[in-house]
Amino acid sequence: MSIDLHHGRVEMNHGSGGRAMAQLIDELFARQFANDFLAQGNDGAMLPAPAGRLVMSTDSHVVSPLFFPGGNIGSLSVHGTVNDVAMMGARPLYLAASFILEEGFPLADLLRIVESMANAAVGAGVCIVTGDTKVVEKGKGDGVFITTTGVGVVRDGISLSGNQACPGDKVLLSGSIGEHGMAILSQREGLSFDSGVVSDSAPLNGLVEAMLDSGAQLRALRDPTRGGLATTLNELAKQSGVGMRLDEAAIPVRSAVSAACEFLGLDPCYIANEGKLVAICESRDADRLLAAMRGHPLGENAAIIGEVVDDRHGFVQMTTRMGGRRILDWLSGEPLPRIC
Amino acid sequence: MRYVDEFRDGELARHLAAAIGSEAKGTRRYHLMEFCGGHTHAISRYGLGDLLPPSVLMIHGPGCPVCVLPIGRIDQAIRLALEHRVTLCSYGDCLRVPASHGLSLLKAKAQGADVRMVYAVTDALELARRNPERQVVFLAIGFETTTPPTAVAVQQAKASGLKNFSVLCYHVLTPAAMHAILENPAGVQLDGFIGPAHVSTVIGSLSYEPFARDHGKPVVIAGFEPLDVMQAVLMLVRQINTGRAEVENEFTRAVTPEGNLKAQAIVNEVFELRDSFEWRGLGALPNSAVKLRPRYADFDAEARFGVGYVPVPDNKACECGAILRGEKRPQDCRIFGTACTPDRPVGSCMVSAEGACSAHYTYGRFQGPARANARGDMQ
Repeated sequence: MSIDLHHGRVEMNHGSGGRAMAQLIDELFARQFANDFLAQGNDGAMLPAPAGRLVMSTDSHVVSPLFFPGGNIGSLSVHGTVNDVAMMGARPLYLAASFILEEGFPLADLLRIVESMANAAVGAGVCIVTGDTKVVEKGKGDGVFITTTGVGVVRDGISLSGNQACPGDKVLLSGSIGEHGMAILSQREGLSFDSGVVSDSAPLNGLVEAMLDSGAQLRALRDPTRGGLATTLNELAKQSGVGMRLDEAAIPVRSAVSAACEFLGLDPCYIANEGKLVAICESRDADRLLAAMRGHPLGENAAIIGEVVDDRHGFVQMTTRMGGRRILDWLSGEPLPRIC
Repeated sequence: MRYVDEFRDGELARHLAAAIGSEAKGTRRYHLMEFCGGHTHAISRYGLGDLLPPSVLMIHGPGCPVCVLPIGRIDQAIRLALEHRVTLCSYGDCLRVPASHGLSLLKAKAQGADVRMVYAVTDALELARRNPERQVVFLAIGFETTTPPTAVAVQQAKASGLKNFSVLCYHVLTPAAMHAILENPAGVQLDGFIGPAHVSTVIGSLSYEPFARDHGKPVVIAGFEPLDVMQAVLMLVRQINTGRAEVENEFTRAVTPEGNLKAQAIVNEVFELRDSFEWRGLGALPNSAVKLRPRYADFDAEARFGVGYVPVPDNKACECGAILRGEKRPQDCRIFGTACTPDRPVGSCMVSAEGACSAHYTYGRFQGPARANARGDMQ
């Protein structure tokens, strides 16, 4: 008898290593993720070694709520790791996925999550080649935790790193900020509001390919996830020992996001993204890179938002729309709504 | 009209800056206090200091709800959470304020206290309804803006006979703090106030008449948007130049002379004046805060759990007190940016997003002490 994926729930024996677990893997994971590597059915996947240098990255996903406008923890867990690999200038090839499931979690929800992972993997052109499932007792998890690990290959001549930003380089952003974080926030318990904002969760490897194809001299790529654009730029400035000067008016923010931020007293520069990237590139190539980004669907709102400057303090400064100057600082604690 | 971009128009800001620059006399100084942390935040976040001439000096006021709470008040909340094991609900900023014994509400939470961050008092009320076995205490802080929602929650709790909900009432009053600053003979010299935005929607512009009439200080009530602040500075400069001391309302889109009469009535029904309340920096001020009226005394957490207030002196190195009185600037404090940062705050002004130290650290510290001193020397 097959598992009732529509009405059943996760049970302890789905993680016990016995027949129930094998059945869950066969009827859910293997069926959805279907590929030749996974079909080997061994403890690990035997993979052809590509020529060149490899990039490997891992990310654990614990998002709450599990389902949000524009995606769910499944698609997010694929995009998150694909993007981390892509930010190294690599073409992502393979993913491993580990699930920690909470006893009692509805299998119908798990099916939705796994289906969306499978679709996200196809969309990103990667195979989920190996995985693991554990079940924890009810109350000891939060529904589903997913850890994904990705492997990709870097093309010859490309070497991206956050410590390579030089004074004079341009800072580019691939599109409007704050959409993932605001989509999540709008669904949180106690804060539900209808913002109409949809998560930007998306695989960025296609956009990165287009950027590399442009021939522009790229120094670094990074996706501004947790902590938002501000945190990512501060990380890059610190790593390279430089400062940055940004133009606030050049940073794209959708009106629904800026309105929700106003409403909550938050700054979009600190809100998470899951489908945007920051690029640092040599000044003379900036226009060429911008054109390549705008030619890709995920970069059509790309903009040059500032430049790298010499600054021993490593300050990321911004000229405001008002014409004044301010620091765009590291995030301190959690972003909190104002009281007064 | 979308009520965001219109008030952040760079072109209009430059026009206002030019008008202020041409009307402010180079032969005198304009010491203007923005009372509210919301204005302090706007000035720093939008870099408005760069748009003002050197003769206009903005002085940060005490209008930051979290900043003005003395350590002893946070201690009280922590005792409730740790010793009386209540579910303590508070607005976010309050959780990080350093208290006695190296504690804060967040650190108490890490020690096992049930401390929750809420966005509105109604969330705390709902928590009480859903968990009848738990005592839920709402840490009610803020000026007149947040007092009406607390009053409504207490009324609702009473109406529904809710037995496990109470409030630790630290609501304070804006005019009392303005009086305290003006009546301190050794205090900061001011030429005018930018009056509160949201507070004024509740209490109305008439509440500020005594400051113009009796103290001869112009007050311009302004919204929290950058253009509101610039317009208010221009209006203050004009009043000062023409020797006027009036209450003017720049924030007419939200503030009326009488304020929100319905909100005032609800507040008056639930609360009465405390004889005295200690503020950080300003000391004990008479009639400067509210407490629950006797008919709502059942909802007073201080009484319900018998936690009295024990005053605690501020950290000696911390200048929050002088900064809240407008006598010092964040960068005048020895530990600003060194021992005291937003990640490891010593004083409350570094904690809250509305605090002067936090605003200067987060947005303005690139200016460094040189520029800051140049401005300070003129005071």
